[in-house]
Formats: sequence, structure tokens, C-alpha cells
Amino acid sequence: MTSRRLVLTRSAAVIGAASTGLLLPEIVRAQSGKVRVGFMLPYTGTFAQLGVAIENGFRLAINQQGGKLGGREIEWFKVDDESEPSKGVENANRLVQRDKVDVLVGTVHSGVQMGIQRVARESGVLSIIPNAGVHAATRGLCAPNVFRTSFTNSQPTLALGEAMVKRGHKKAVWITWKYAAGDEAFEGFKESYTKAGGTIVKELGLPFPNVEFQALLTEIAAIKPDAVACFFAGGGAAKFIRDYAAAGLKGKIPLYGSGFLTEGILEAAGPAAEGIVTAMHYSDSLDTPRNKAFRLDYAKAFKAQPDVYAVQGYDSGLLLVQGANAVKGDLANKSALYKAMEGATIDSPRGKWTMSKAHNPVQDMYLRVVEKGENKVLGLAAKALADSGAGCKLG
Amino acid sequence: MEFANFLIQLLNSAQYGLLLFMLAAGLTLIFGIMGVVNLAHGSFYMLGAYLAWWLAARTGSLVLAIILGSGLSVVFGLVLERLLFRHFYGRDHLDQVLLTFGLIYIFEELRAILWGDDVHSVAVPEALSASIPLTDTLSYPVYRLFVSAVCVALAIALYVLIARTRLGMRIRAGAFNREMTEALGINIKRIYALVFALGVALASVAGMVAAPISSLYPNMGSQVLIMCFVVVVIGGIGSVRGALIAAMLVGLVDTFGKVLLPSVAGMLVYMLMAAVLLWKPEGLFKT
Repeated sequence: MTSRRLVLTRSAAVIGAASTGLLLPEIVRAQSGKVRVGFMLPYTGTFAQLGVAIENGFRLAINQQGGKLGGREIEWFKVDDESEPSKGVENANRLVQRDKVDVLVGTVHSGVQMGIQRVARESGVLSIIPNAGVHAATRGLCAPNVFRTSFTNSQPTLALGEAMVKRGHKKAVWITWKYAAGDEAFEGFKESYTKAGGTIVKELGLPFPNVEFQALLTEIAAIKPDAVACFFAGGGAAKFIRDYAAAGLKGKIPLYGSGFLTEGILEAAGPAAEGIVTAMHYSDSLDTPRNKAFRLDYAKAFKAQPDVYAVQGYDSGLLLVQGANAVKGDLANKSALYKAMEGATIDSPRGKWTMSKAHNPVQDMYLRVVEKGENKVLGLAAKALADSGAGCKLG
Repeated sequence: MEFANFLIQLLNSAQYGLLLFMLAAGLTLIFGIMGVVNLAHGSFYMLGAYLAWWLAARTGSLVLAIILGSGLSVVFGLVLERLLFRHFYGRDHLDQVLLTFGLIYIFEELRAILWGDDVHSVAVPEALSASIPLTDTLSYPVYRLFVSAVCVALAIALYVLIARTRLGMRIRAGAFNREMTEALGINIKRIYALVFALGVALASVAGMVAAPISSLYPNMGSQVLIMCFVVVVIGGIGSVRGALIAAMLVGLVDTFGKVLLPSVAGMLVYMLMAAVLLWKPEGLFKT
């Protein structure tokens, strides 16, 4: 039964591919018709809301520019990547090979991003990363056709370390989940904190996504450092913040973190989160006319409040519009397109930023403190901060 | 490690172990008595946590929410048993795995539709929100001690139910020899339905009681499921006493592993399981 069904679906796929133009010569479609834009984002599972926010932001940016790319209409494609790394390559190929997209926008999860990265490098299709911060995408495995509009995992913590020393905390404990994103965040923290004269007295970790923090909190209480720095996100972050307060550490040992610690979970964390200081490239409460205008437009268009993910999606849209306008919609003119994107200055709600040689944002990092359930901006933690791009031979 | 610190970590491990026991008890019961592999067990934990959050917001009291939620969970367990699980008792384990694996997805989706994908939390009740200062930097939340007390109470209640009551005797008889028990005029179907509902309620209550110290988030059930299986396998499938001892062992290894051997902490619990299985292939307590 199963095998017969498999044969049937596979032949159907071939017929489908033939009818959608997969087997037609490339040149026929090149200039004619619409630009094909594909979203590969999580639409189900833990990160579903992030995927929606990114797509909304992206569409808002395009619509504000007349809804076209360099004068050409757009045809949209969507694939739900389910934040499932094992299907990363397969899902990316659906957009690249089946739908023949000109641009692939995705994704959130770093593991899935590695699949996209492979397909992007092999096929040469333009890939815009609206969130995933995995280092390799703009370091060792960087590519001329891959652009990131978000951050690298070590960028927020690269700004955090120095800010902590400046605030008088010379001895810190670092705590995170032991997985790629946590390790990369630690790399940034270690570099900036020790360079500024701080000492990391202990590095604590637990397996991802374990949330039994009690043993490590007991350890922190015994070490008594000046401050604690951490990388957690999502539900685990809310639990960590609450456990930290319940263990009596809040108010005695200040808690710092990469900005994702306090994104989207402040309501769940409640008063336990008050006073936590974090570093990140955006804050909902950023008091600039640009950000206020963006937030108003977004709220009007989608009846929801935007977050950092919506901003990153929005910036991805702005970047693509700039590139497409420079080549008047001829996305096949790759060298001119990439050159325009590399030279672009993005007028983002987070503040203006530019592309590094490795295609990652050179951007300001804000120091923020949680006050009355909001991430209030304290000031700049770092100006025009760039990722090292180590191992990338572009530019 | 200082002695005081050691004692606190010992308390941490006992507290974590007891919570694990409460989670795993329902799984081992259903497994041991009906022979059903229930992968959806973690979903019942999630259901409990979300019920506590939802009911507490409506009624304004966590205690009331837990009482209401327990009742709802028993009803939910009975309905599930009648509609689905009853038809899978005699079937192959693979069929049961497929059914319950599918249920995980259904429950996740229902949760997303009903309650959304946001992270939530439940406030600790006022009376239990204090912390006891242990050292000058560390306090111990009273609510965590309360959770441990609930777990101990449930463990005792379970023991009394199974070892000392007529119903418990029938349950044990049913697990031992179904045909013989039926021949003696005992309605085994009703007993199975009860045990299943009890298993669901145990997981759900664990979720409800743990809700204030855990946050509520998508997929929270799948995370505890693996630990539950580790506990059940180490303890011996179907043995409630084994589950208790295994849960305490896992709590101990996990807590001290994180502190003393952080680089391999993720692996230690599984190494413990492998070691126990090498020594006693059927777990610590065979039923």
C-alpha cells in the first residue's frame, strides 16, 4: 500500500513540476513576468508566531514601496519549515527547484538555516536571513548570494560584556543552554567581558532545552559573583527569570543577558523580570520617529504589535527593494544586484545600519532594562557593532 | 563543595526527583497494568499545566483550579479510554505507539488553537509565595517544598490504594491474569477505565502543581516525556515503587551532574539508565 502511494505521489510531483515550468528552459522566464519570492519560515510549532511576524514585516516593507520590486509584480510562495532541521534541505529545495523562486526569505531556527545555506550555496539563489543567528552563515560558509538582516548569535553579547564592566561588575558567572546558539553567545560575551577587564569566574550550563535550573542557582548563590550573564530564550527564559527571583538571587546579584532573554516573555515572567539589563539591536520602546511610524503602520496593517522579528522581516523587505530597484527588477543581473545590496543603508526602525563584508548587519546595540513590563532603552551599548566574519573570504 | 551547599543540593535533587515520580507514576501504571505504551503522557502534563493557568485566571484561585482541573482530567481520561485506548489494549505495541504519537500532534494543535503559542505563567498562591532564607544569598521558595509535599502525599495515597484496598487488589489481579479475574466476576473493563483515568489525572495534576514553578510553553509535554520514560525503564516497567526509587536516583544524578560534571551533564542520566539495564535488564523492580 505504502509503496504504491509513494509511487503515485512521486509521479504526480513530476507531472506537477513539468506543468509549473520546472522543465522549461531558464531563459524563457528570466525577464518576463513576476518576481518569485519564497518564504521559508516556521508557521507551526514553537516559533510559529515569529514566522508570521517576519512575513508581516516583509510584506509591509514591500507594500510601502508600491508593492513591486523594481517595477515588477511579485508572486509569493510559502513553505512551513516547522523549525525541523532534518527537513531543512528538502524544504529549501521545494522553493528553489519546484517553485523556482528568485529570492528565498528564511528562517528562524539556526539548524534549519544550515540546510538553506547549503541549498543557497549550491543553487546560487538569493537568500535573505531574517533571524537565525548561526555564525557559519556569515563566517566560514558565507556566500555572495546570502545576506543576513538580523544579527549573529555573538553580536548582542559582544556589546553586553563591556557594558557590565562599565556598570562596575568585574566578576561574573555565565550560564546558558549548552548548544550552538548558547556557545556562540558565550564567545561574544567572553571576548568583550575579558577585554574590558572582567573575569568570568565560572561557566555554567545545562543541556538544551532542560529547564531544571535549581541546582545551578544554588551554585551561583554559593559563588556570589558581582553579576550573572546568561543566554536563554522563549519559555525557558521565563522560567529562568522566575526561578532566579524565587531563589532569592534577584536584588542581590544583578542579572544580565542577551536581549532575547526578555523578548516576548515579559508578561509571563511578571515582576521577577524587573531590573534585568540586556543588550540587543532593537527595543519595542525605542523612542525615535522612525520606530514610532513603523509601529503605527504595522499595528494598522495587522492589528497586532510588532516585535524584533517583525523589524527583521521589515528590514529584509527594505533590503530586497533597494537591490531590485537598483537593477530595475532584473534580478538575473546578479553582480549588480549584490553590489547594490552590499552598499545599501537600511533605514530601519532599529536605526540605520549597513552590510558588513560578510553580509551581516553593522548595527547599534542598545542597553535595555526591564521596567514595568517593558524593555526600556538605557542608551547605546555599542555603536556600529560588526561581527568578526572570521573565515569569510568575501569582499 | 561546602557541607551546607551539599545539603541544599541534596534538597534540590529530592525535590526534582519527587516531581519526576509524580510524572512517571501515571505512565508506569498504564504501562504495567494495561500494557499500553502511552507516548501522549507528556501531553497530559501539558494539558494539566494549561488547565491550571486557564482555570486559575477564571476562578482567581489556584487551589480551586487544581480541584476543578483534576475532575476534568479524570473525565477526559475516561472519554479517551472509551473512545480510543480501550480498543488498543490487546494490540501490538507498535499500533499503540502510532496512536499515541499521533495524539501528541493532535493535543499540540488543539493547545495552539485553544490557548495560542504564547508563553504563560501561573502565579504562586499568596499563602505559599514566601521564601525561606538559607544562606545570605540563597532562599528556598516555600512553593517548591509544597510541591514536594504534594508528591509525597500522592505517593503514599497510591501505595495505600494499590497495596491495601479491595480495588487495588482487583487492579493487581487484573494485571496478573486478566481472564482469571474476569472469570471471578470482576468487571475488568471498568477497572481498566479507572486506572487509565487515574494515570491521566496523575500526569495532569503534576502539570497543575508544577505550573507555578514551570512556565507554560508549546511542546512542554515532549520535554518531560523522555525523562518519564527513563524513570519508568530504570524503575522497572509497571512498578510504582521502582518509579519512586528511579525518580530519586535520576534527580540525584541530574542535580549533582550539572554541578560537578557540567560538560557531560546531559548524558549522565542516560548513562545511569544504561548501567542499570546492564546490571538488571528489566529495571530495578520487576513486576
